[in-house]
Amino acid sequence: MTAPITLSAQDLTRRHGPRLVAVKRLSLELRRGEVLGLLGHNGAGKSTTLQMLTGALPPNSGKVEVCGFDLAQQPEQAKACIGYLPEHPPLYRDMRVDDYLLFAARLHRIPPAQLAEALALAKQRCGLQESGHKIVGTLSKGYQQRVGIAQAIIHNPAVVVLDEPTVGLDPAQIRDIRALIRELGDSSSVILSTHLLNEVENLCDRVIILQHGRVIFSGSSAEMLANGNMEEAFLQITEKEAASR
Amino acid sequence: MILTIAKKELRGLFTAPSTWLMLALLQFLFAWFYFARMDDYLQVQAQLAQLDNAPGATIAVAAPLCSALALMLMMLIPLFTMRLIAEERRNQTWVLLLTAPVSATHIVLGKFLGLLSLLVFILAGCAAMLATLLLGTHADVGLMLSNLLGVLLLAASYAALGLYFSALNKQPIIAAISSLGLSFGLWLLEMSASDSRSFLRAISPNAHFQNLNMGLVNSADLIYFALLIAVLLWLTIRHLNDERLHA
Repeated sequence: MTAPITLSAQDLTRRHGPRLVAVKRLSLELRRGEVLGLLGHNGAGKSTTLQMLTGALPPNSGKVEVCGFDLAQQPEQAKACIGYLPEHPPLYRDMRVDDYLLFAARLHRIPPAQLAEALALAKQRCGLQESGHKIVGTLSKGYQQRVGIAQAIIHNPAVVVLDEPTVGLDPAQIRDIRALIRELGDSSSVILSTHLLNEVENLCDRVIILQHGRVIFSGSSAEMLANGNMEEAFLQITEKEAASR
Repeated sequence: MILTIAKKELRGLFTAPSTWLMLALLQFLFAWFYFARMDDYLQVQAQLAQLDNAPGATIAVAAPLCSALALMLMMLIPLFTMRLIAEERRNQTWVLLLTAPVSATHIVLGKFLGLLSLLVFILAGCAAMLATLLLGTHADVGLMLSNLLGVLLLAASYAALGLYFSALNKQPIIAAISSLGLSFGLWLLEMSASDSRSFLRAISPNAHFQNLNMGLVNSADLIYFALLIAVLLWLTIRHLNDERLHA
């Protein structure tokens, strides 16, 4: 693969308190046009990792580079290249969908002349054309999730970070969001965390499995599928690791 | 970027029903005080007219009214400031600002300016009410303006203080109570100061407001307010930066 590296993390460590290590010396690289899946049990450190990659949480040690900018040294340039959907979408419940998305777009420095176009495109990609005038708090969970995704992609970032993007959606919505992620994966890099193994199988070029804050597997999804089906491979890898501890 | 955040804050304040309720309550109390002071003044006006250099309607009505307004704002502003940062953290919307390409300075100044615009709006309502004095008497416009300036500076200081506590806390109500507590403490400092040259008077915002309340626009008082606001905003920015950069 020769595509340029858009996101790289080196030796990220984050402790919650003096004893509990949430993520330990995690390194990863992401190239343009790649979709990376982050797998692991509950509490494995997936969300903490994504928070550190986006600047929502400072690591205790290690560094993150986005599009060549150091996240700690040049935070504004680095953050301009990222779109992030956290576990709980950061929605202002009393705003209208359009106003909210325009605010997110302005925060990400989209020039005023391009705001309308960016808004229309993000709404179209997330199936929100009819919801522009609705108040965010009155939307269903699935639609709120879509607004969260629209907020993450409105500025057309080079790296899109999605924390469990399809949670709480119905099957038709899941299908649409997966199609969207595939589409994003053509032009940007996508990193997503999930519990759903078939999601990884369908979407991801590469997979990283975390357990107790460490990377226990990193490889292409084809490598995982070589041992049979995805679920078996996942359980085999995590149980082998658990037994060796 | 600062303006984007300020505009959003101001819109947010005006879409919340609680803001309108507080504004209505404040206007009602202000009007009530106005009539009460006016009534008192009219009753003694005949006797006052006998004096040489008698106090006019402005110093007898407008100045005490602005003093009362300052006290009411001291109690109200923490309720507005608590939303600014603490509530965003609780509602988990803070992460949007945290991961956007904006610095802590942008966020703090944006939020401060947003709230300041609301305070100017409140003051404009009160100023309009005071302006009705002009209809019936030769009011002292200079004194009124110095009073309004004093209330604005005092309110801006309470807003900066509230913003700082909002940044320190995750629970909005704790942010509100602590900033109210400290504002009240600073107000009491002025009451407990023994003489006019006391150190306690020098650090209490209320003591500096009193000069403006009397119509005395002193550069020392203006510098005091500018410094107080700047230091509080700087502390807020510093705290947010620390939180972002150090685990």
